[in-house]
Amino acid sequence: MLNVDHLSKTFNPGTVNEKLALDDVCLHLAPGDFATVIGGNGAGKSTLLNCVAGVYRQDQGSIRVNGMMLDRLPEYKRARHLGRVFQDPLMGTAADMEIEENLALALRRGKRRTLAWGVTPQERERYHGMLKSLGLGLEDRMSQKVGLLSGGQRQALTLLMATIGTPKVLLLDEHAAALDPKTARKVMELSNQFIKDMGLTCLMVTHNMRHAIQYGNRLIMMSQGRVILDAAGEEKQKLTVEGLIQRFSQQRSDEVMNDRMLLG
Amino acid sequence: MEQVLLGALSLGLLWSIMALGVYITYRILNIADLTVEGTLTLGAAVTAQMIYAGQSPFLGMMLSFGAGLLAGLATGLLHTKLKIPALLSGILTMIALYSINLRVMGKANLSLLRLGTAYTVIGEWLGLDKTWAVIAAGAVMSLALVFILYWFFGTELGSAIRATGNNPNMVRAQGIHTDTTVILGLMVSNGLVALSGSLIAQSQNYADVQMGVGAIVIGLASLIIGEVLFARNNFLSRLLSMILGAVSYRIIIALVLRLGMPADDLKLFTALTVVVALFLPRLKEMRDTARHVTKGSHHAER
Ligand SMILES: Nc1ncnc2c1ncn2[C@@H]1O[C@H](COP(=O)(O)OP(=O)(O)OP(=O)(O)O)[C@@H](O)[C@H]1O
Ligand SMILES: [Mg+2]
Repeated sequence: MLNVDHLSKTFNPGTVNEKLALDDVCLHLAPGDFATVIGGNGAGKSTLLNCVAGVYRQDQGSIRVNGMMLDRLPEYKRARHLGRVFQDPLMGTAADMEIEENLALALRRGKRRTLAWGVTPQERERYHGMLKSLGLGLEDRMSQKVGLLSGGQRQALTLLMATIGTPKVLLLDEHAAALDPKTARKVMELSNQFIKDMGLTCLMVTHNMRHAIQYGNRLIMMSQGRVILDAAGEEKQKLTVEGLIQRFSQQRSDEVMNDRMLLG
Repeated sequence: MEQVLLGALSLGLLWSIMALGVYITYRILNIADLTVEGTLTLGAAVTAQMIYAGQSPFLGMMLSFGAGLLAGLATGLLHTKLKIPALLSGILTMIALYSINLRVMGKANLSLLRLGTAYTVIGEWLGLDKTWAVIAAGAVMSLALVFILYWFFGTELGSAIRATGNNPNMVRAQGIHTDTTVILGLMVSNGLVALSGSLIAQSQNYADVQMGVGAIVIGLASLIIGEVLFARNNFLSRLLSMILGAVSYRIIIALVLRLGMPADDLKLFTALTVVVALFLPRLKEMRDTARHVTKGSHHAER
């Protein structure tokens, strides 16, 4: 479903700040694969997701989704195939717009925007049901501004928006990292449930090793712009936090493993 | 005095259409667009030249609106395609428009005295004198535009424009080309400003190449006065508050002039009003934080 081949990306080439962020990355996700991605700060995890989404253009390599080449498409045209949730809860929603208006923008992802009414009554009913399934009481606040919601509520809403049209690939970039542990667990549970129920193909970056082991059917470890571990099926089931830390420290690198990652 | 207030009312109604345009860029798109200084004059120049050439003033108004759309397009292309910062893009178009406006008019000032304007026609229809014809036309136009804008920004396309000013990242992630929405917003805004310029020129019976100087500040002053005094927490009320704000601004100006302020100081006065109004929310914030700190309560930013 997602095929990344020999992807390389260098930031600020030819300057003192030159940084090889992705170094010949290959990654293939079958339909329904749910891969978690871990790695130290600066390993290139976000850059990988951003290259897939078209935020950055890669220097080399190709990206295909469902067999379709994305390389030449700008970010907004790739969006019809992708759902995205970001680390920053403020990033995925429009704060000054209502909950239902945000959902309506997401429902029309990949469609032409016309002069038809922005939110129709039939949609509203659908949104009500969807919001109810989050169990956060948002279904009674549909015409409130998103800016009034808490970080966790905004992330749950962004998740709903990202999955609304059953995207071919769902990209989650540390989407629970900015939340308190309880809310983070809730958002992770919701994500897992959506991915399972809809059979989504998903790439989820996380700093939390337990989450990385607990969720998904594949685990990918990155370091210095490379994939250094790709465990699937039984191999993944056998992974432990201690085992991962060991693998990680074998990798000679200037990346620091922070506390967040060890204890998560 | 009554005459003064009526004059302020009619001027306020005509300028409120420009305030609506400023609202679209400044509040919805989150861009301070200086193009409007040139666009206001452009609208005046096009209509004046059309009337001068013996054409219908209504046709002139439509052409003015169209010319405004093009001016907005120019700024939008500079900003989105050439990646020139919005403020500078606006300034560049504004400067270019100065020459274009001179070309359209053929000279620095075009008089419409004794030529039929839209108000002459409307006045004849309704049996009103000039002052009341201007007020009637201004009120109907500004109200109609408020409702059209309310509808437009409720559509799929309008929602996309609103979201762009809010969070362009999210808008792109939802499959919308933010270049297009920014350009569209700038076009609609400048179309309205040009229409306002057309109506103003007809009411004062001349178009002048200097007309637009300081227009952005007048627009902002009207916007802020409208929001502070009249706006409630919904979109329709915020649009309506632009009309009330523009009229209030004109009444305030008329009053301070009557109280003896020299007309030459007007722009200084307006600029200071905007400075104070822009600073007020900050002042309130600072006072609130000071209060929290003294109470010893901890409030995280945002
Ligand atoms: N826009 C950019 N311009 C320049 N350098 C960048 C940019 N984005 C990322 N980098 C650099 O590329 C490298 C990889 O960054 P990336 O954000 O992909 O890491 P990450 O694995 O997501 O790390 P983290 O866990 O801290 O989020 C880093 O060295 C970073 O400084
Ligand atoms: Mg990252």
